[in-house]
Amino acid sequence: MPDSAPVTVPSGSGRPRTQQSDTSPASTLRRTRLRTAHILAGLATLLLTVLAGVLLGAADLGWQRVLTEFGAQLTGGTSPLSEREAAILWQLRVPRVVLGALVGAALAISGAAFQGVFRNPLADPYLLGAASGAGLAVTIVVAIVPQVGLGVSTTTQLAAFAGALGGVGLTWLIGRSAGSDTATLVLAGVAVSFFLTAGQTFAQQLRLESLQQVYMWILGRLTTTGWREVLIVLPYLAVAAIVLWSCARLLDLLGTGDEEAAALGVRPGRVRMLVLLAASLATAAAVSVAGLISFVGLVVPHLVRLAVGGSFRIIVPLSLLFGASFLIGADMLARTVMAPAELPIGVITAFTGAPFFAVLLRAQRRT
Amino acid sequence: MSTLELEELSAGYRRRTVVSGISAQVASGGWLGVIGPNGSGKSTLLKAMLGLVRHEGRVLVDGRAVTGLRPRDRARAIGYAPQIPQLPVGLTVTDYVLLGRTPHLSPLGREGSADLDTVGDVLQRLDLSKFANRPLSTLSGGERQRTVLARALAQRAGVLLLDEPTTGLDVGHAQALLDLVDELRAELGTTVVTTLHDLTLAGQYAERLLLLDQGRVAAEGPPDEVLTTSVLTERYTARVAILRTPDGSPVIAPVRD
Repeated sequence: MPDSAPVTVPSGSGRPRTQQSDTSPASTLRRTRLRTAHILAGLATLLLTVLAGVLLGAADLGWQRVLTEFGAQLTGGTSPLSEREAAILWQLRVPRVVLGALVGAALAISGAAFQGVFRNPLADPYLLGAASGAGLAVTIVVAIVPQVGLGVSTTTQLAAFAGALGGVGLTWLIGRSAGSDTATLVLAGVAVSFFLTAGQTFAQQLRLESLQQVYMWILGRLTTTGWREVLIVLPYLAVAAIVLWSCARLLDLLGTGDEEAAALGVRPGRVRMLVLLAASLATAAAVSVAGLISFVGLVVPHLVRLAVGGSFRIIVPLSLLFGASFLIGADMLARTVMAPAELPIGVITAFTGAPFFAVLLRAQRRT
Repeated sequence: MSTLELEELSAGYRRRTVVSGISAQVASGGWLGVIGPNGSGKSTLLKAMLGLVRHEGRVLVDGRAVTGLRPRDRARAIGYAPQIPQLPVGLTVTDYVLLGRTPHLSPLGREGSADLDTVGDVLQRLDLSKFANRPLSTLSGGERQRTVLARALAQRAGVLLLDEPTTGLDVGHAQALLDLVDELRAELGTTVVTTLHDLTLAGQYAERLLLLDQGRVAAEGPPDEVLTTSVLTERYTARVAILRTPDGSPVIAPVRD
């Protein structure tokens, strides 16, 4: 950063006011707000990735026919697809794309919330033990109930959801008993994560044959049984999105530190608890259906911040849109790169996200 | 526009009491300078007035006790700028100063045009209008201190607590900032309490000084009565001489044996 411009204080007179009073009357002030252009860009990107995600797959349905089918569904016309093709479209592809969008959105806004609450650029939704808690719970379920299988199972999903919330809850309890500041909470999260991960490793050792299954789950995968998973995640994402967007101004305020926020009449502890609760519920829902997809929650909020600015009024809604697009795109790669085999989506998110992030960081330094 | 009274105020952290039995009165539009050696409890006293630390005793603004008020109501009565403010990453000056309107908004509310007008007025007053859309990270030290002051002023509270407002400023910028505070005090009638480690500046700007030593009031009164060789030698364990500027105000100069 170049050295700052000199201040307009003539040291002799000791008056900071300069003569010109014609600069910037109050009416020209503008606060940072979400611009229509940004929303449109986010929506357009999402629309394009959704379309691409729906059209891409092992069975070629033909893009004209898929578009005609969408039109037919909207207007009540006759479908150009056979029954089997319609099933592929509406019971496999569309739910999977929508699930990708929801999971990506949930992880991205939760990551934004965590970064705001902890004033820490390295924070992500798994910081407080959600990942290790879910990992332990899933491993135990797989180890105890071997016939469970990890593909699509209510038991695993419930275990992951409960484990994720259990991990965060444990961190919260320990953090509170040791003082409620953010640094303590982060350290409690680290301790809990290590402890639960150790427990998970132990459980794996007891039943080595479960190792591969658990490993695949940890790497993350979007698996759908029709629209069921979509309906699991949707309510949690909706609540989290509403809470986090309403709290956007308070998240900006938390950036001034607890003391200053309190001096401005806000109870920082309460805001933090509300935000973390909403974000953790969304994260747990995402983890329960998609495993531990890394990097989305960490990087998408940063990409938004670097591109359009630092207020959470912008970061929260745009993280939602671009997080959704990012994960749909990653899932397309996961499905196609080694087709017919499927790569774990977590590998794709890190493999594509990291270099992109590095380029953006460099670009920002130069400005 | 507000009077401030402290009645037997004691405060501290967890089990440790840092200041005790502090009583003081500041007239409406007055300026109280809190001075004292390092660790004497100056910052803790300010935080106690804001209810940020454990405290006993009473703080009255316009005769009304603020200690029992909801945080939001207290924040409308007392504004605060800390010694080392934390600046949120990536916010513009306007966004940051708008945060000062928080006590006047409902918890999840958004600022309206009236709030924006208030901020515009404050920015113009502090000569910050040209920085309105700049990110905080691009400001110099002096601009930053003025921006934090702007946020506290946007609170529109009758009492303003400033913890070492001249930290990190050279003598010219320090003077400019204190002149500005004095001007605001005259124009808006704001009651000001500052901690200041620079005794000369404290003597020149504050109407009355409160000297803390080991958490208790060691001296209180107009600068000429507090800033004496005997008091400073005793309380600061320092060797000082009191000189005079051409206009007669005291200058506290260290003396080397």
